Amino acid sequence: MAKRKTPMLDELENGKWPSFVSDIKQEAEKRKTSDIDFQTPKEVCDDLLDLLELSFKDREGHWKHGGVAGVFGYGGGVIGRYCDQPEEFPAVKDFHTLRVNQPSSYFYKTEFLRQMCELWERRGSGITNMHGSTGDIILLGTTTPQIEEIFWELTHNLKQDLGGSGSNLRSPNCCIGKSRCEFACYDTQEACRNLTLEFQDELHRPSFGYKFKMKFDGCPNGCVASIARSDMSVIGTWKDDIRIDQEAVRAYVAGEFKPDGGGFAGRDWGPFDIVKEVIDLCPTHCMAWNGNKLGINNRECNRCMHCINTMPRALRIGKETGASILFGAKAPILEGAQLSTLTIPFMPMEEPFNEIKELIGKIWDWWSEEGRSRERLGELMQRKGFAKFLEVCEVKADPRMIKEPRSNPYIFWKEADIPGGWERDIKDFRKRHQK
Amino acid sequence: MGAEEDKKLIIDTLKGKTTKTKFYLKDFNKMFPERRPREVSKLVNEMVAEGLLEYWSTGSTTMIGLKGAGIQHEAEDSDQ
Ligand code: HEM
Ligand code: HEM
Ligand code: SF4
Ligand code: SF4
Repeated sequence: MAKRKTPMLDELENGKWPSFVSDIKQEAEKRKTSDIDFQTPKEVCDDLLDLLELSFKDREGHWKHGGVAGVFGYGGGVIGRYCDQPEEFPAVKDFHTLRVNQPSSYFYKTEFLRQMCELWERRGSGITNMHGSTGDIILLGTTTPQIEEIFWELTHNLKQDLGGSGSNLRSPNCCIGKSRCEFACYDTQEACRNLTLEFQDELHRPSFGYKFKMKFDGCPNGCVASIARSDMSVIGTWKDDIRIDQEAVRAYVAGEFKPDGGGFAGRDWGPFDIVKEVIDLCPTHCMAWNGNKLGINNRECNRCMHCINTMPRALRIGKETGASILFGAKAPILEGAQLSTLTIPFMPMEEPFNEIKELIGKIWDWWSEEGRSRERLGELMQRKGFAKFLEVCEVKADPRMIKEPRSNPYIFWKEADIPGGWERDIKDFRKRHQK
Repeated sequence: MGAEEDKKLIIDTLKGKTTKTKFYLKDFNKMFPERRPREVSKLVNEMVAEGLLEYWSTGSTTMIGLKGAGIQHEAEDSDQ
């Protein structure tokens, strides 16, 4: 079976960048000589390469889409993939993907990684993707009978659960946060773990019309890009003032500290120019430098992080920290790609995170009630309007939700909000206004 | 209605569909217009655990059908 003649794929090994073709070939060779007690076909990597070569030749994919593959009682975590040329490529007849819920911020022990690789070579293809865009550990390619076996070993030996797929909550995902980063405005790992545990049912059993993702960035630098990649983006922020160490600012200006943590080291960028590189680049023009002292008009600062990133030894986030919560980012299926929209300007983010859990409940109820099949939250928000969404969240419209006049949705008044309602006395009106 | 009656209604409704074997969660909501969607999804998930229904997923979207009904992989003739 495994003939492996792949002239077109071989082209993808040229050049200086890494090649998935080389990686899969390496695994294919390893499987030939290994003494692992393989529970999946030995030739799985060879057949995979041959099949992909055929797809290149035919200019057509040879995978079917979807299936019932899964773990008993779970409606997510396993993505069924079946080859449409099973006679010719029996080793990849079924080639299911597992999503395994990653530990927060991807902290692993090498022992765990070795165990996982051993498991995956024995019961899968040996091919992994660390990590998928969802955040999960992706284990690519196993047969139907192996799924339950792998799940048992994963949960009992590796103590790791499956992640989300399909119309479920997807594995929540967070930046490295307070474990390593001084910019973190809340404990992203704690929030991610707490909400993952809280919403186990939604993660494993489809209860929505489509997927729902939540991601946690510790600050507006957005290392997990929550604003672009999640239906609910939780982005760290602060309420009070940026803390300034004037001494350290002067040290940056004098060239004693390297700006951007020494990030621009590749070539000579000339001496640090605080006016050109910080003051003039502040998007809200709220900073000033008089040659000796740095001033920030914090009321106007929109927490873009630029000045702090440039001079981290001199500037620090404020002390009253929490998060802004935004909703509705999505990739383009309907209406094009969309970033999340600011909905809650500030929420404290402390255990047990009751406030955000309550908010999520309100939104899921509305989405389940009003959303169409396969309609993302962001599309529903567009269809029903932001004013309606605010009502669902039980928050009032706020100037911080608006980028500029004239580009935002209209706010419609309700009769109940108007003193005296819609009715008015025309005579009284005419006393003051001529015809 | 008791839980058993609810389940029977679901099974009878699905059996009554001749052209489709896979359904969205929304289709189940329509069977219980007076219920909240979350109650309905709980019921559906319970029926999967009991082996009456099964999930079918593209990886992106999940559909639900009677256990063993229709094609097990690829929905060539479904109207999704
Ligand atoms: C040229 C062909 C293909 C393209 C352009 C493509 C593209 C993509 C993209 C953009 C994603 C999202 C990536 C991510 O979330 O990390 C994805 C995910 C996925 N693809 Fe493909 N794909 C292709 C072929 C395949 C094949 C042949 C298979 C199965 C054998 C497959 C199985 C999957 C699975 C299981 C996922 C979800 C993985 C995850 O959770 O990250 N794809 N694909
Ligand atoms: C609170 C009071 C007002 C509100 C809420 C209001 C609202 C609006 C809105 C929503 C538009 C459409 C804008 C657009 O399409 O870009 C508009 C246009 C306009 N309004 Fe007002 N308006 C107000 C007061 C006034 C007053 C007092 C005047 C004149 C004395 C005025 C003159 C105009 C004119 C001439 C336009 C058309 C402008 C254009 O074509 O770009 N408005 N107004
Ligand atoms: S998002 Fe902010 S807090 Fe999180 S790792 Fe990145 S810079 Fe640090
Ligand atoms: S964080 Fe951004 S907006 Fe705020 S002062 Fe610094 S550069 Fe200006």
